[in-house]
Amino acid sequence: MSVDGVIDALTAVCLLGGALMSLAAAIGLLRFPDLMSRMHAATKPQVLGLFLMLTAVGLQMRAWSLVPVLIVAWLFQLLTVPVSAHMVGRAGYRTKHRRPELLSADELNDVVEAVREDTQPNT
Amino acid sequence: MTGLQIVVVITAVVLSLAAAGTIYRIAAGPSLLDRVIAADVLLAIFGASLATEMALNRHTDNLALLVVLSVIGFIGSVTVARYVAHKKEDA
Repeated sequence: MSVDGVIDALTAVCLLGGALMSLAAAIGLLRFPDLMSRMHAATKPQVLGLFLMLTAVGLQMRAWSLVPVLIVAWLFQLLTVPVSAHMVGRAGYRTKHRRPELLSADELNDVVEAVREDTQPNT
Repeated sequence: MTGLQIVVVITAVVLSLAAAGTIYRIAAGPSLLDRVIAADVLLAIFGASLATEMALNRHTDNLALLVVLSVIGFIGSVTVARYVAHKKEDA
C-alpha cells in the first residue's frame, strides 16, 4: 500500500468517525429524556467530531504548516464550548428543566438550600 | 469514483441524517434550551460538512468560516441562556 493509500485510508476513518459523532449527537438529542442528558450528547460533534474532521483536512492537505492553524481552530472550539454549555446548564437548572428523579446526585441543590436558609431565617 | 469520494458520499449521507434529526429537535422543542442545544449541534454539523468539503477538494478556504461558525454558536447560546434565566426569574 502506497503512502497516499495509507493517508487516504486514515482520512476516510477520520471522516466517517466525525460523521458518526454527529449522528450519535442527533440520535441522543432525539432519544434522551431531559435537557441535561441531551447536553451530554450534544458535545460529541462539537469537540471530538470537529477534531476528527480537522485531522482529515490536515491529512489531505499534507502540509505541516497547516497544523498550527487547525490546532488553533480546534482550541477555540474547545474553549468556547464549555462556557456556553455552562451557561445553558445553569439556565436549565434555574428554570426547572432538570428532572430530579433522573439525577443520581444533585450537589448544587444542597448549596441552594443552604443559601436559602441563610437568607430567609424566619421562614 | 475513487475510494475517498465514496467515503465522502457516505459521510454526507450520515451528516444529512444527523442534521435532519437535529432540525426535528429544533422544531419539536419542547423547551427553548433544547432548541438552543440542537442549534449548536446543527452548527457543529455544518462545520463538519465544511471540513469534509475541504478534505475532498484539498483547499483551506473554509477554515476561517469554521472559526466564525464556532464564534456564532458560542455567542448565540450564551445570549439565549442569559435571556432564559432572567425571563423566568421575573415570572
